[in-house]
Amino acid sequence: MQDRTTKVRVTETTGPSGKPITTLRFSGDITSTSKETVLGTYHQLPPPVTRIVLDLSNVDYINSSGIALIIQVLMQARNSGRSVQTFGLSDHFRKVFTMVGITKYTELHADESSAFAAFAE
Amino acid sequence: MDNDIPEVFVLTLPSKLGHEKVAMSTAASVAKLMGFSERRIEDLKTAVAEACINSIEHGNRMDESLKVGIILSMTATTLEIRVCDQGSGPGGARPVPNIDLKMDGEDNPRGMGMFLIQALMDEVEWINSPQTGSCARLVVHLKKPEGK
Repeated sequence: MQDRTTKVRVTETTGPSGKPITTLRFSGDITSTSKETVLGTYHQLPPPVTRIVLDLSNVDYINSSGIALIIQVLMQARNSGRSVQTFGLSDHFRKVFTMVGITKYTELHADESSAFAAFAE
Repeated sequence: MDNDIPEVFVLTLPSKLGHEKVAMSTAASVAKLMGFSERRIEDLKTAVAEACINSIEHGNRMDESLKVGIILSMTATTLEIRVCDQGSGPGGARPVPNIDLKMDGEDNPRGMGMFLIQALMDEVEWINSPQTGSCARLVVHLKKPEGK
């Protein structure tokens, strides 16, 4: 049995503030086997990208190894002066992300529009 | 179901990442049968998955020839799950993950599994036995104790 392969689609949007937002739309599972997809995709973002949204609404399964990959994205984004907003987590994973303290470094939003709007604040 | 005599389900997995989902699904099915809420079932799925991953990665050191045993015992009000491997057990302290240290690169970004298990279950015990293998014992009660 294999993990459901992690997939990611990168989209560009103009946010409510008129500035560009890059969204990483993940689907499938995010586990230890997702490193190349998660970090590799992040590393391919061009330097001008400063506003990033993580869309986890189509992620079926995320374990602690997958959460560790999200932490690495947040760490690298912070070190590059990028801001990251997150949306699409189930109530359970909102709780889990909060438990491990991720909410200090990215806001967890209920939906895409509130994630986009957060950059304007 | 008799209140005192548990009904027992036994599952054996090869030590291969991804197979923990079989244990998750089985635990969820048993918990649903017992009448646990969806919220508690989600807690249980995460805890069981993390216990299995610990057994696969650390207990059995990714050796696919070694098995992870999962024993689910249900009574009318309690579900106990033992996740067993052939390692010597985790040992040592299980600190709460420090997100600041992880973000500063001073701590491994991983290492949250045991914390999550402890935080999500009503009772947790690690039974370390270098000679015979080790188990994580996870317990959830249908009526949670105060404070959980």
